[in-house]
Amino acid sequence: MWPLIRILPITTNFRFVAFAKFAGVASVLAAIASLFLALYPLTPPCGGMNCGIDFKGGTLLEISTAPQAVDLSRVRSELGGLELGDVQVQAFGAPSSALVRFQTPEGESSEQAIEEVKAALTSALGEVTFAKTEVVGPKVSGELFQNGLMALGFAIALMLVYIWFRFELQFGIGAVVGLLHDVVLTFGLIALFDLEFSLTSIAAILTIIGYSMNDTVVVFDRMRENIRKYKRMPLAELIDLTINETLSRTIITGLTTILALGALAIFGGPTLFGFSVIMIFGVVIGTYSSIYVAAPIILLWGVKRGEEEAEPLPVRT
Amino acid sequence: MMTLSRWKIIVVVLATIFGVLFSVPNLLPQQTLASMPAFIPRQQLNLGLDLQGGSHLLLEVDTQALRAERLVNTVEDTRVTLTAEGIAFSELREQGGDITVRITDPARRNDAATVLRRNLGTPLAGTTGGSDITVNNDGEAGLRISFVEAAMNAEAAKAVEQSIEIIRRRIDELGTREPTIIRQGVDRIVVQAPGESDPERLKNVIGQTAKLTFQMVDESADLAAAAEGRAPPGSEVLPSEDGLTPFIVVRRRALVSGEMLTDASQGFDSQTGEAVVNFRFNSLGARRFGEATAASIGQRFAIVLDGRVISAPVIRSAITGGSGMISGSFTPESANDLAVLLRAGALPAPLTVEEQRTVGAELGADAVRAGQISTGIGFVTILVFMVLAYGGLFGGISVIALLINALLIIAVMSVTQATLTLPGIAGLILTLAVAVDANVLIYERMRDEIRAGRTAIAAMDAGFSKAMSSIIDANVTTILAALIMFQFGSGPVRGFAWTLSIGVLTSVFTAVLVTQVLLALWFRATRPKTLPIV
Repeated sequence: MWPLIRILPITTNFRFVAFAKFAGVASVLAAIASLFLALYPLTPPCGGMNCGIDFKGGTLLEISTAPQAVDLSRVRSELGGLELGDVQVQAFGAPSSALVRFQTPEGESSEQAIEEVKAALTSALGEVTFAKTEVVGPKVSGELFQNGLMALGFAIALMLVYIWFRFELQFGIGAVVGLLHDVVLTFGLIALFDLEFSLTSIAAILTIIGYSMNDTVVVFDRMRENIRKYKRMPLAELIDLTINETLSRTIITGLTTILALGALAIFGGPTLFGFSVIMIFGVVIGTYSSIYVAAPIILLWGVKRGEEEAEPLPVRT
Repeated sequence: MMTLSRWKIIVVVLATIFGVLFSVPNLLPQQTLASMPAFIPRQQLNLGLDLQGGSHLLLEVDTQALRAERLVNTVEDTRVTLTAEGIAFSELREQGGDITVRITDPARRNDAATVLRRNLGTPLAGTTGGSDITVNNDGEAGLRISFVEAAMNAEAAKAVEQSIEIIRRRIDELGTREPTIIRQGVDRIVVQAPGESDPERLKNVIGQTAKLTFQMVDESADLAAAAEGRAPPGSEVLPSEDGLTPFIVVRRRALVSGEMLTDASQGFDSQTGEAVVNFRFNSLGARRFGEATAASIGQRFAIVLDGRVISAPVIRSAITGGSGMISGSFTPESANDLAVLLRAGALPAPLTVEEQRTVGAELGADAVRAGQISTGIGFVTILVFMVLAYGGLFGGISVIALLINALLIIAVMSVTQATLTLPGIAGLILTLAVAVDANVLIYERMRDEIRAGRTAIAAMDAGFSKAMSSIIDANVTTILAALIMFQFGSGPVRGFAWTLSIGVLTSVFTAVLVTQVLLALWFRATRPKTLPIV
């Protein structure tokens, strides 16, 4: 039994490609659903996602009434009377803490608004500590949003160029379609579970891009090797062989990463929770996309095989 | 690959020593470190504001206000210059960023232009004979004074530089520990003050322009018109905070201004016991103030701070000593803050707070604790999993490599003083997973080669050499993602990108080189026929 690696069959022979059509349809449906969830209603800037103040602008306060639990409905009703635009109150980690988010009303400075909120909360709840205050002005939030999207775009474009450079264009396209798939589904997850969409989420998505590429590259690398080795094997079989060969690595690395991220999600406190959950999802979806999105795209497109390259070499003198 | 060259062992040993030496300071309290001999490194991990507690402010210098002020001053200077030259004029006004004026006698238009050019312009930096304004004919009898764009931009850039200097002086006076003040982009300033969890005080101290002027009160003004905001030419209506009247009409031209102060301090009025701000002028300021007060005994002058009148005392005698005091409705603390501001100097332009992030020290400490626990558990989980998956020997070798990796990450982060943020902790865990991946790739490759019928030594060799291209490609993509984050991210995201990049580099180093050296040592000692991972 031990080491566990002995449990994994020495050679697996799963017919991954046989399910590719089914998986493709599922992926496309999931991507459409995710896009819908993330975009609808088309309110700028974040559509259907729970927009953090990083991108929407406004003020965020983390309040704590330890040792008592925060009376969230009391906080809501108290702040509702202040005529601040769009107040959001949510539990955050321990029952004695909560997050309050609000927009600064027109014609009022953010300082004034914060003072009002602090006064209202202190009079309603007694002793309140304000553990965290974040204010993002409208100009900055617009820039952060734009930069965030640009970062995602550049990251994907850069991956395309790198894979193109290291492999071939087909591989690059396959990898990028895989990445887009991962990013879109992650947006869907953020919208579905109402996770906050903030700068940190962008960092998480960029990391997912890194991980998913990592995974894809390992498969592609093996595929390239096999293409050279088995010149006459049909491409579908060759892809199956490659995925099977790298399967034990995929499982072990994926499991380790998920275990480590799981520890972060459980013990890392409320701030790391959202981040870790997005990453765990990304690891799963990134692994899936290497097998069922990136590789089948290569199958669709075809790839230069040894025969075509075996043209007569130019005579060297 | 498996031939054990001496340099590989040396590199691994040196790296391990470096890792231990430079990560150990993080385990010791600050006092113990201070008492250690000088060769022991002192640098600990540089915790971000989200872990340490503190304030982050993004300020924008309002360069538009600077322009507007320049415009107002130039209108006044034009009025004074033309009057002094005895040139009659009318319709002096601001128009779309320029100033236009009608010269009554068309024959004197050229004279007016010449004298205005000489008196209003300042030489343009980097040119000979260039001026920052142009005076051109405008219509039949008019003149148009415009500002040179490049000069305005240079002035705005200078204002940002000055603002940084003044903010630094003000924050230093507050006694904030190691603030970071850096310029961002064209007209923005980032202030990071660790440990300062009262952002309101910080904002009060750095956000206030603190432009102090002494201006004569215009007693001739029509109070009814002033109530509607209208003032005679050359005067302006300012809100008053002296508690006597809601507004006061003052002459625009300042007698003396804050630049001429040499000192300011908080004190108490000997008669009323009220908190006041004592100040002292430099010699130029003292002379001007002396002359002006001597000429206007019995009249009032207004002490104006940022466009609001603090008080408007009556001049009882010429004030020639060069020192005085400002009384108003001060508390000792607010008087002290004002004295700090006056000592540090006025900001050349107003600042607006565009972004503020403050974390209380307690919340930071909680985050550090949660970070330590979760990283520790995550790390141990990875170690246990590797031993379970690959057995005592290969798993154990991975464990040693991972431990060295963790030491190296902490050491490099401490030495480079890269900022560790909360998302950065997640980055750390992720790099450990990356390190595991490199190890797994190598081990899996070895298993493949054994299955393909190679000998133990050949399989180990091939494992390293064939896994290399995958490892490099896979990690370059992560580094690329980190670069992008560094380019576009801010604050915590940059911290994350740093941690990720450092971690990827050390991970590749340990997973490839440390593992290789350990495996080679094992191989040399036991000469196995097969590998215990098949």
